[in-house]
Amino acid sequence: MPTISANPAPLSVEEIRKSFGTVAAVNGISLEIPTGACFGLLGPNGAGKSTVIRSIMGRVRPDSGAIHIFGHAVGSTAARAEIGWVPQELALYPLLTCRENLRAFGRCQGLRGDVLDEAIAWCLDWAALEDRARSTVRSLSGGMKRRLNMACGLIHRPRLVLLDEPTVGVDPQSRNRIFEMVEALRARGTTIIYTTHYMEEAERLCDTIAIIDHGRIIALGSKETLVARAFGTRSSVIMHFAAQHDGLAAWAAAHNASAQDSAILCTVEKPSEIAVLLESAARDGLDIADVSLRRPNLESVFLHLTGKELRS
Amino acid sequence: MTARLIATIIRNGFLALRRDRVAFLLAFILPVAFFTIFGFVFGGMRGSSTPRVTVLLVDEDHSDASRALVRGLLREPSLDVRTHPQSTKENPAPAAYTSASAEAAVRGGNAPAALVISSGFGAHPFAFGPQAGRAQFQILYDSSDPVAAQVVSGMLQKTVMIALPATMASAGWKYFDQYIGVLTPEQRQRIQSSLSYLRDLQSQEQPQSAAANNSLARGLVSIEMHDVVGEKKRSPMISYYAAAVGVMFLLFTASAAAGSLLDEAESGALDRLLSARVTMTTLLAGKLLYTALLAFLQLVIMFLWAAAVFHLDFFDHIPGFIVMTAATSLAVAAFGILLASVTHTRAQLAAFSTLIILTMSAIGGSMFPRFLMPDAMKKAGLFTFNSWAIDGYTRVFWRDEPIGHLTGPVAVLVASGLALFLLARWFARRWEYN
Repeated sequence: MPTISANPAPLSVEEIRKSFGTVAAVNGISLEIPTGACFGLLGPNGAGKSTVIRSIMGRVRPDSGAIHIFGHAVGSTAARAEIGWVPQELALYPLLTCRENLRAFGRCQGLRGDVLDEAIAWCLDWAALEDRARSTVRSLSGGMKRRLNMACGLIHRPRLVLLDEPTVGVDPQSRNRIFEMVEALRARGTTIIYTTHYMEEAERLCDTIAIIDHGRIIALGSKETLVARAFGTRSSVIMHFAAQHDGLAAWAAAHNASAQDSAILCTVEKPSEIAVLLESAARDGLDIADVSLRRPNLESVFLHLTGKELRS
Repeated sequence: MTARLIATIIRNGFLALRRDRVAFLLAFILPVAFFTIFGFVFGGMRGSSTPRVTVLLVDEDHSDASRALVRGLLREPSLDVRTHPQSTKENPAPAAYTSASAEAAVRGGNAPAALVISSGFGAHPFAFGPQAGRAQFQILYDSSDPVAAQVVSGMLQKTVMIALPATMASAGWKYFDQYIGVLTPEQRQRIQSSLSYLRDLQSQEQPQSAAANNSLARGLVSIEMHDVVGEKKRSPMISYYAAAVGVMFLLFTASAAAGSLLDEAESGALDRLLSARVTMTTLLAGKLLYTALLAFLQLVIMFLWAAAVFHLDFFDHIPGFIVMTAATSLAVAAFGILLASVTHTRAQLAAFSTLIILTMSAIGGSMFPRFLMPDAMKKAGLFTFNSWAIDGYTRVFWRDEPIGHLTGPVAVLVASGLALFLLARWFARRWEYN
């Protein structure tokens, strides 16, 4: 049990585990998110991220472990009042207007009267949908639907908000609008958990990032910390070969690199070390198609730790 | 090229259908199931019984002829003749029906018709002669079953000729002798000889041959018909069909409305609601009441239309209508919620609801009256909402019964509604945590 303190953390996850049949979806995850943080939760498909999110929302019961929201057990009325959820899906009533959707979900959160009216007005303003308040959802553009989807999750002004891939399927302009909405939330002191498959979003919005794979957190910290831990001061080199070569795996191992299909990933301290790699490849008969040198970023960390592209 | 494209489209269709295995199976089971049900309903199945008309029989004459006629009617296979009410624990040996108790039973819906053999029948079995103005029989019937009285009348004519050959012949010769001619002693001797043969035939329990069943006396027995239930009604059967058709469409409406649960589950709105302050029980109760209100309004409109267009006496039966409509709406709404909570896709819901609703409607009397069905089907109909709702509305609008008499159908509808709702709540656990 967590210690009851005057200022409990917005989210405290203690060693949760969840299996579906013989598959361990979550295998002992612990987290504590401080007030006002924007916490990025990244992981490849099937890593257990959705199970963690649904456990935090009280929609999945972990086999063991505990989750508290501002000190309240997840699923309790107090915890439900403190957390807002914006699901990946457009969880809206398509035949209702924007205002009617907000009213419906507001009532389900226990809001009434002037409080509800004020909350609806704030949401419409925050999502820049005042002029479409009377439009039915099905008449909105994709970006507007996404913004309304976010607004419906925040109608009760929660102090902790879980945004599950809020920019899926929207155009760049709408995405920027959503970033501004998230930044406005942060400015109000709202604690945010943000999941995405777009690394640039995590880099722009999140101050702390957790990478999940195989039901465990495999990296946790700020972007800079994660990069430094994974690569130190080294840069990453990605070499693509013209065709898959039988000796590629052995060649990659000899150069302390990881091979995937017809590409290898390795690190170098100085750019001049690339020349050594090129000579070695030519000597071993490997036909190089492309070579790139990158300053390591979150994408590199993710690839380095999971062996998978984030959007694969 | 075009053929390949068409083949691709066909293949895609079958692939999509095969993915939803329940819908796939129902697509083929549905027609077979309906064929089977209709086969049962129309008595086409081997061993099924022919629909029999229940008739209450009252013998006020107590003559040899009337007793012979009663025996003949009891042997008639198309009639279910009852001379006494069914025994109960309180009354293990009930008295035989009288004219009054038989009429009350018909009014109460216990039988569609009663046949009264009037006193004096034995003395004047024919409908002509000095007693021609007086009917030997009365048929008291409920015109909500338009078939029963006609069947009883026809079977009576037939039975008279089969069961009472001596009586008929004796009366004929008597009138012949009285009004037409003087018979010679030799002729009288021959007639008496023939009559003694016919008396022997008449006294036997089993008829000897169909030869006696000729058409000479068709219509010769005088029957007085009394519609004891619907004689003051302006539009017979309208309330029956308003209820019958209404309930069937109510069931479709309920399952479609409850299907919003599946839409919400698919869109994620259900997750959002359940992660707010809404519990599954609250959500289902809300859906139940919404669907029930929708059903209630549908029935109000249906009966108002019946009042406006078909002169149904709606406004004199409003309390009974409200009670029946509330009970019916609750039951069909719970049925819809249960279907939605059991199925996983809209396609499954549509297939299941079509199968179950049309089956219930066929055997419950929404498509054609239950009195036309074999006994087994009539009993099966008691497991449907349709038959209980139709029974209740018939009591209200046709028999003018007080609300207290609706206890049976209302109790069945409300109890089944609550049971189905609890079952739906149990199935809905799959949405609570996943």
